[in-house]
Amino acid sequence: MSSNNESSVNKDLMENKGKVKAKEKTRDDAVVKNYQSQTEIHSHPGTIEPEGFDVKAVVPEKRKSQWAEVWRRLIKNKAAIAGMIVILILLLTAIFADFIAPYHYATQNLENTRVAPNAENWFGTDNFGRDIFSRVVYGSRISIQVGFIAVGVAMIVGGILGSVSGYYSGRVDNVIMRLMDVLLAIPGILLAIAIAAALGPGLVNVMIAVGIASIPRYARIVRASVLSLRDQEFVEAARAVGANDFRIITKYILPNCMAPIIVQGTLGVAEAILSAAGLSFIGLGIQPPIPEWGAMLSTARVYIRDAWWMSIFPGVAIMITIFGLNLLGDGLRDALDPRLKG
Amino acid sequence: MAKELLKVKNLSIQYNTDEGVVRAVDNMTFEIGVGETIGIVGETGAGKTTTALGIMQLVPNPPGKIVQGEIFFKGEDILKKNEEGMRKIRGNQISMIFQDPMTSLNPVMTTEEQIAEVILLHQNVSQKEAMEKARDMIETVGIPRERGKEYPHQFSGGMRQRIVIAIALACNPELLIADEPTTALDVTIQAQVLKLMKRLKDEFETSMIMITHDLGVVANICDKVAIMYTGYVVEYAKVRDLFENPLHPYTQGLFGSIPNIEEDDARLKPIKGLMPDPTEIPEGCPFNPRCPKVMDICRSVVPERVEVEDGHFVNCHLYPAEQYER
Amino acid sequence: MLKYIGRRILLLLPVLIGVSFIVFTLMYITPGDPAAMQLGEQATEREILQLREQMGLDDPFIVQYGRFARGVFTQMDFGRSYRTNALVFNELLSRFPTTLTLAATGVIVAVVIGIPVGIISATKQYSLFDNSAMMFALLGVSMPNFFQGLVAILIFSVGLGWFPSSGYATPMHMILPALTIGTSSAAMITRMTRSSMLEVIRQDYIRTARAKGQKESKVINRHALKNALIPVVTVIGLQFGYLLGGAVLTETVFSINGIGLLMVNSIRMRDLPMVQGGVLFIALTFSVINLAVDILYGFIDPRIKAQYK
Repeated sequence: MSSNNESSVNKDLMENKGKVKAKEKTRDDAVVKNYQSQTEIHSHPGTIEPEGFDVKAVVPEKRKSQWAEVWRRLIKNKAAIAGMIVILILLLTAIFADFIAPYHYATQNLENTRVAPNAENWFGTDNFGRDIFSRVVYGSRISIQVGFIAVGVAMIVGGILGSVSGYYSGRVDNVIMRLMDVLLAIPGILLAIAIAAALGPGLVNVMIAVGIASIPRYARIVRASVLSLRDQEFVEAARAVGANDFRIITKYILPNCMAPIIVQGTLGVAEAILSAAGLSFIGLGIQPPIPEWGAMLSTARVYIRDAWWMSIFPGVAIMITIFGLNLLGDGLRDALDPRLKG
Repeated sequence: MAKELLKVKNLSIQYNTDEGVVRAVDNMTFEIGVGETIGIVGETGAGKTTTALGIMQLVPNPPGKIVQGEIFFKGEDILKKNEEGMRKIRGNQISMIFQDPMTSLNPVMTTEEQIAEVILLHQNVSQKEAMEKARDMIETVGIPRERGKEYPHQFSGGMRQRIVIAIALACNPELLIADEPTTALDVTIQAQVLKLMKRLKDEFETSMIMITHDLGVVANICDKVAIMYTGYVVEYAKVRDLFENPLHPYTQGLFGSIPNIEEDDARLKPIKGLMPDPTEIPEGCPFNPRCPKVMDICRSVVPERVEVEDGHFVNCHLYPAEQYER
Repeated sequence: MLKYIGRRILLLLPVLIGVSFIVFTLMYITPGDPAAMQLGEQATEREILQLREQMGLDDPFIVQYGRFARGVFTQMDFGRSYRTNALVFNELLSRFPTTLTLAATGVIVAVVIGIPVGIISATKQYSLFDNSAMMFALLGVSMPNFFQGLVAILIFSVGLGWFPSSGYATPMHMILPALTIGTSSAAMITRMTRSSMLEVIRQDYIRTARAKGQKESKVINRHALKNALIPVVTVIGLQFGYLLGGAVLTETVFSINGIGLLMVNSIRMRDLPMVQGGVLFIALTFSVINLAVDILYGFIDPRIKAQYK
């Protein structure tokens, strides 16, 4: 997706964040705390005090934590709320699919095939007489699994590669990043298709295929963040008191570059669901009778002339899901970087 | 006093943000004579830049809005002018120099093109003549004319600021607004640029508004000075009067923040506290929470402008209007 | 400038070798014996062994890769189809124009819609136009291409009967697919143009231009646009690649006989050289497009140009 500008924007964002957080972090250090309490003793009206240490007294509001502030901005954004509601409904549908769906997804009724939507079958039935509404409901489970697990795995692998790459730089960085360049040289969906073709169909293989194809993106983002934070004072401070590399990366650097990762992750789930649906659509993904939206569309294509409902409902389900995730992702980005909203 | 060129009267500008309404400039009044230089001094966020943008009518809208006041330029209220009328003034009669030379030039245009653009806009010349004049200007600000073909990223910060100055002076404006023109530069370069500005200002007979937080700059080139705090002018006087006899506790505080070699005091006396949140300006005198001479009245009543001596105005309850009425 | 282009091309080579390695490895780990597959079910053990020998399938992995890479990079030899024994490269080349024109038309549609809408949206931020354009764009981004294709077929072929629903014989056949992929790419480009434009409009040099007394329309066209388009160009390049990759899906929806459909069918038939060749071919094209974008960058952005003077 629109990675270029976003990543440059994200970089700016991170640099700012880094600075802000850098201050907060150092304050957490015991030594600094001591110093702070000393200055607090001094800060009676009338005494001389260095500028900048009295922030708390003058503007207590600004001491709110960064994330509370982000959350406040997020819930002010109507579109983001709408996105969250969509995701929530989707999650609930997936969890309570057994109670919501009137039929089992695989129950066939060969005397009742390709029936248009009616009171009995709200979304109609397919070529095997299966209830499309039930299949769409159960399909949410598959999409959610694929979306979140594939992105989760990609984030972890990409995150590790990216932090190692950014933190150590030099040859390690070069090798990892050239590998990522190679992966990026193949259009994402095509890479996923190639991997899926090699691994064969199936839910797990789809997750692997989609996951691998999106690793480079996270590796790049994390690397850029780590690079920008690596030489900040609070990291140097941690290094000076003898923290090891693992601790520095996990405790000091990564928590400070969560913002772009979260945004990319949200949008990434949307893209993963799209890719998985695409794979199933060309017969490489989830196999029948498991109700995957993309696979349902694939069957529906054959019957498009006489059973429109077979394609419309699963398609709309995909669309609403992706729409919700995109709304939330956009909202998160705006909330994390209000400068962008203008 | 010299013939009046610009008069700002009761100007108020506010920003409507998510966090609330910010009165960036509140009830501002000052005037500049032909050839005069006025300094506007204040901390970051005091409303200096907004004042400048207000005169240019370039306050970003939304969220900014000029809510009241008049700005007379050569006797005419330019706030009443339409966009087209204003365009003929901008860059031509009133020019502006911005704070950060690293970002105020277009990265994909050559420097001479950027200077020629303003010449073409306001003067009846051909493209070729405009380019020639642009190169002349580059020379005027002390850069070899051949370098006009280069792009901004090929110049250092100080050189870029020279180019910005060349753009501002290309049409020989009557008023130049310089918004912290040297803040972003190295100290050695600052002096050079200031010297250049002073020279050109005299050469071009331009009046100038010098926005700065540096009292040294004010002492150097200004005739008059307005001290701003949270959008208000707290003190307004001739430079000499202000330096010899600062009246407002905030102004006195500003002087206390500068090291003084002559006095034998080991410590600076900075103003305590920080500027208030712009959405939560305290009631009464905005300076009251930080003021060492605060009185009860300061917490409830906004002080009026009082002329304490000839041409020396202050907004402070320490100088009650009755006492100084003439 | 030549130095810049030369450097870019040089950087491209290792990436392409890497791509060929990944693609080869993927096909190598795919289960199934290529020799047995090629010979069909009646083949005897002996025949299979013989063919394995002939194809060099018993050689170590790296030797096999070396042979493959040499063939690809020196003679454009992508191997032969297991199914038809035709040269993979010829098969791909014969279908390439179809896939390329489809993607190119899509990109053109996307640019023609996306850039102007993005600019207007940015200059009139939060206006009715902006809000509705952004809503549509987000919907467009959220709609899978293949579903959009199905909807287009439902409405314009099945419902209204304006366009044929499948095949690629006449220009009429091209309209629906091109519009389908074009509009969804347009959504992406609109969003990108808008955000890039908004970013640029806030820059100090835009304020400088206004302070010169320049007309707002010229401030946008002369100062903002060129700067804002630099990142958009990248996105257009990426979209092109995305459409080439996505051809697999769109060509399936509209039954267009391009590289995408060929690959889908080859995957079904387990015709590995064809799949391998297809992925490699598209990755190559994508890399060449990215190269072109990089070179274009050099022309638009003096900061890049200057580095290589």
